[in-house]
Order: sequence, then C-alpha cells, then structure tokens
Amino acid sequence: MATVSPSTRAATPAEATRPGRFGPYGGQFVPETLMPALAELIDAYDVARHDPAFTATYDTLARDFIGRPTPLYHATKLTARAGGAQVYFKREDLAHTGAHKINNALGQGLLARRMGKERIIAETGAGQHGVATATVCAMLGLECIVYMGEQDVHRQAPNVFRMKLLGAEVRPVKSGSRTLKDAINEAIRDWVTNVNDTFYIIGSVVGPHPYPTMVRDFQSVIGRETREQSLAQIGRLPDAVIACVGGGSNAMGIFHPFHADPSVRLIGVEAGGDGVSTGRHAAPLSAGRPGVLHGALSYLMQDGDGQVIETHSISAGLDYPGVGPEHSWYKDSGRATYVAVDDAGALAGFELLCQTEGIIPALETAHAIAYAAEYAASRPSSEIIVVNCSGRGDKDLSTVATRLGVTL
Amino acid sequence: MNNQPAQHQSRIGATLARHREAGTMALVGWQTIGFPTIESSRTLVPALIDGGFDLIELGVPFSDPQADGTTIQRASFEALRQGATLSIALDTVRILRSDGITAPLIFMSYYNPILSRGLERFAIDASEAGVDGLIVPDLPAEESDALIDALDRVGIDTIFLVAPTTPQPRLRAIAARARGFIYCVSLTGVTGARQALPSDLPEYLARVRSFTNLPLAVGFGVSRPEHVASLRGIADAAIVASAIIDRMEHTPPETHVQELRSFAKSLRNAADGVS
Repeated sequence: MATVSPSTRAATPAEATRPGRFGPYGGQFVPETLMPALAELIDAYDVARHDPAFTATYDTLARDFIGRPTPLYHATKLTARAGGAQVYFKREDLAHTGAHKINNALGQGLLARRMGKERIIAETGAGQHGVATATVCAMLGLECIVYMGEQDVHRQAPNVFRMKLLGAEVRPVKSGSRTLKDAINEAIRDWVTNVNDTFYIIGSVVGPHPYPTMVRDFQSVIGRETREQSLAQIGRLPDAVIACVGGGSNAMGIFHPFHADPSVRLIGVEAGGDGVSTGRHAAPLSAGRPGVLHGALSYLMQDGDGQVIETHSISAGLDYPGVGPEHSWYKDSGRATYVAVDDAGALAGFELLCQTEGIIPALETAHAIAYAAEYAASRPSSEIIVVNCSGRGDKDLSTVATRLGVTL
Repeated sequence: MNNQPAQHQSRIGATLARHREAGTMALVGWQTIGFPTIESSRTLVPALIDGGFDLIELGVPFSDPQADGTTIQRASFEALRQGATLSIALDTVRILRSDGITAPLIFMSYYNPILSRGLERFAIDASEAGVDGLIVPDLPAEESDALIDALDRVGIDTIFLVAPTTPQPRLRAIAARARGFIYCVSLTGVTGARQALPSDLPEYLARVRSFTNLPLAVGFGVSRPEHVASLRGIADAAIVASAIIDRMEHTPPETHVQELRSFAKSLRNAADGVS
C-alpha cells in the first residue's frame, strides 16, 4: 500500500477557463454527430437545475424512493480495531439498489423524461449503475438498454438478473477487454446511431461535458448530507474524507461539498490490482498520464503509443483505465491525494468490515475501507475520518468466495 | 478562430480541384495500417490507386475506436495485435512515398495517439513522412485549434467531419477551420457498409455546400457502385472504407491485390458513369 501525505492546501477546483474544463482537464472529445446532442443536454440540464419543480421532484423521490438521507454511522468497533482516529461511514450502501449510483440515475432519468427522450442507454461495470438505471427506468416508464462487458456479465451475474427483472435489456459487449471501458465504447456507438430519441445516462463523473459536472452535482447530495451530519452529530467537520475511485463518482460526490474546506483532507483510493508496481492495476491517477478517452482529457492508463492499456482489478466497478477529469485537477492542484490498494488489501478490508461492523461492503468500497483502517491507525483518536461506504457487497459474494477458496 | 490560409493548395486540394475542373468525382479509399499484416499496405495501397482511387485514407489503429462499426473495429483490433502503431503508420507512408506513390495520403487517427506523440512532433514527423491530411473522428472543431496550428505550419490539411445532425452555426464554424475537404458523414451512426444511403442526402449536402467552397466528400455507409453513382453531381468525392475491409475479410490474402483492384475499378466506373 502506498504511503500518503495528504495536502491541506486549498486549491480552487474551478472550472477554469470555460465550462466543462477542470484546469486543463475535461472537454468534449466526441464524434461531431454527438456535439449537437451535448449542446442540447447542457441547455436542458441548465434549465432543469434552476427549476424549483425539477429539484422538488428530485428531492421528494430522493427521500421516498431512494431513502435519503442515508445515515452517518460511527464505526466504533472498526475504530477500536484500527486504534487511532474515529472512523465514520456514510452509508450509501443503504440507498435503494444498494449503492450511491441511484442518486445520479434518478437525476438523469428525470432529466431524460423532461427532455422527452423515452429510450435510455447506460453502461455498467459492476452492474450497480445498470441496476440503478434499470430501476429508475422501471419507475419512470422508460425503455432501458444496458451495455455490459462480457467479462463483467459473468462476474456480476446477480446484477444482470436484477436488471432483467426490472425490465432492462442487457447487451453483453464482446469487443476489446470486454469490461467497463468497452461497454462505454458500445454505449457511445449506440448513442451516435440513435441520438435523436436516446438519452445516455453515464454512470460516473466521466465522459464529455456536461457529464462530469452533471453527475458530480447529482452525487454531491452525499457530501452535502455528510457535511450537515458531521456538524450535527459530531459538532465539527471531519479531518479526512476517504472514498474509492474508479471513474470517481462516489468520491467526487462526497469530496465536492468539502472542496472549500481546507481543513478537510480528501483521499481517493484507486484499485491497485496485482500491485501498482506490476503494471496490472486500474490506478490511472497513481500511475497514468493525461490522455483522451471517452470524451474527456484526464489521467489515463496508456502505453507509449497512446493505446489504452487493459486494466486489472478484483472489483468490476473500479476496472477502468480512465478517471473523471475533476479528479485529475484535484490531483494536480493538490486538493486531493490519491493512493492505491491492491486486490489482497481490498479483500482484507472487505473481511474487516464484515467482522467488525456487520456490514458487507462492495469490493469497490472495500478498497477505501482498507486504506481508511491503515490511515486511521496513523492518526490520533481526536481526529475524525469519514469513509464513503458507497455500496453493499451482495453482488460480490461469489467473487469473494472464489478468492477465499470457498465453494458456494 | 483559425481562418483558412489563403489559397493553400495542398496535394489534396490539387487532386480534388483537378476532378472538379474535369467534372468528375474523386474516390477516397481505405487501408487500416497493420491489417492484415504490417507489410500489406505496401501492395494494397498501389492496388487501390491502380484500380481508380485518387486519395487514400490510412487508418491508424486505436484500442477504443468509438466512431467505428464492427468491420473497422475488427481490423483495428487485429492491426494492434500485429503490433501496428502510429510510428509504423508513419513508416508505411515513408515506404509508399519511396515506392513512388504520389497520391494524397490521409491519416485517420483517434486523438489520443496524436496527443501522446505531441502535436508538434506529430506534425513534423507526418510532414517529413509525406502525409497530406489528418482526420480525427473524436476531435470536434471546438477542441482543434492547437492541432490546426501545428498542422498548418507544416502544410498538412486538418480535415473535419460534419454530420446530418450538425446545425447551421456549427457548419459555419467548422467550414472556417476546414482544410482540404469537408468529410460529410452520410448518416447518423458509426462507420460500416449499409444497404442504401439516406434519401435526404442531396438536401444535406446542399446545406453544407451553402457554407463552403471546399470539396465535399461523402463517407460512412458508401459501399457499393450504385452508392457511388448516386453521389455523382452532388459530391466531389466518395469515401469507401469498411467495404474494402469487408472484401479483404472474405477473400484469401494472396488475392487481395486483385480483389481490391477490381473493386476499385467497379467503383471508378460508377463514379465516371460507365456501366
């Protein structure tokens, strides 16, 4: 595991020179066919987010359908085990469908309905965003097609079945590495082909502008609640906020409302796979360099010729060679620090949370838990650490069983 | 905003101007660098030109070809397996030039391999190798100014795509940046052979025409002689790509030179109105 020295410097993660840019990162690197659709989306989102009727509908459904606010939970047993700072969990695993993904899927689903788009497409890695999108589409009466890498279809079978039960069509993607990256490629191809009647609900803070901003905005409910709950329950802001980073939506959702609080350290945990030093990982912020994939300039795992490298992670949701452009800016500006936890560390974090707190986390989340336990041990008991418990682990039971040598 | 260099007459511009003066239509052919082997373009590019193609698009393979349909995706994937890279694409152009190929050679590359090499370095290397133009399918006009500047300095045409969805203000902005020709994407979709071209193509091309005097080349889906024939009089050039790869996939490699030459001839006849 990497060591960390989080910066407390308060950078201004401004969308620098023009909308959709985070410092040099972001932008709109997409085929011309999609440019008018992005312009339409920018306008529609801008009007919607200033429309009290739209936000009221979102807030009501966030409360009654998703179950917000999710609790902020003091993990006293894990704290005792780590033997240092106080560890709290923001319980996004208790949100409807079992992960934070629904916050964004609901927002974009409502926007799609408002724009009169009745055909929804989405990509999914672990299946959590696919399930969230299928759920929202079922609730709103929208057609739903989910692209999923063939490899992920196999390792996340329960979520494939969930999506089908919810009325979605799951299309396995056989090209490339047959994981999340390829599912996004295929969703973009579908969108290029059916752009006139189709809304693409991207599941993370990635893609061309306005997606990184829009997804961040919908996920920022996590950080806003965490901030209020910290003040109400603890009487002060946390000293550190820790979250796992694949594309980075749960992390950006909990980080962003703290970005102007210089005392709050923001720490993102990437998937170290077999170990960052092996090259077999999914940690572009730790070991990549800036490049363009899926519509944005951001840190990217690529070879010397600019070809995107295949990633490796025990967790399908983090198995992605890119990352949201705002994270790249947080990294360069020093506002956040990014570390990596390997597969073995994540499994240890998974078991640790099961045994100490009676919570089975998603394997994605387990990366953050593993790092948080190590980090907490290095900090005094007076400090407060909030970990985004971004999802529940039911979907991962067969993966974990296989790794532990257990036959179900 | 990049204004067009005054009467910048590249090899691409000269070739298309010649056709326009003669009242004929130009043909743009395709090879994916590295498909089926690294060496194959050395014989297949001349075969396409012999058969009647005037300009050749050379596809630089990329791991994530998001604007391409299954045919070009497969070729790109196989090319990467063969070890094709941007550097090898540049080597291929050098070899073709040393073999005496004088036809315009145009790279089609996604943005990241170009960005990874560095825009300036790419421009210099491509110019020295003998590349005449560059098409970047995931680089819209808004993001392109730095690349245009680098390519302008070495006399390489930055070629832009327009789509049926492109509204008039964007057509104006793209036309202001465009060099060489305007690549008119025939349909709303990804690359790949189609049964028929869209019926509203004449209106769409007339719309684009009202914003530019540059030659208009139509691609995506153009795969049969009758498609090419239907573009006579409304387009300056027809671009045929996936259909060439389809032919190669369905025939043994040792017949590719002959296959592509005869396919090119059938398209040339269609372009010339010879039945």
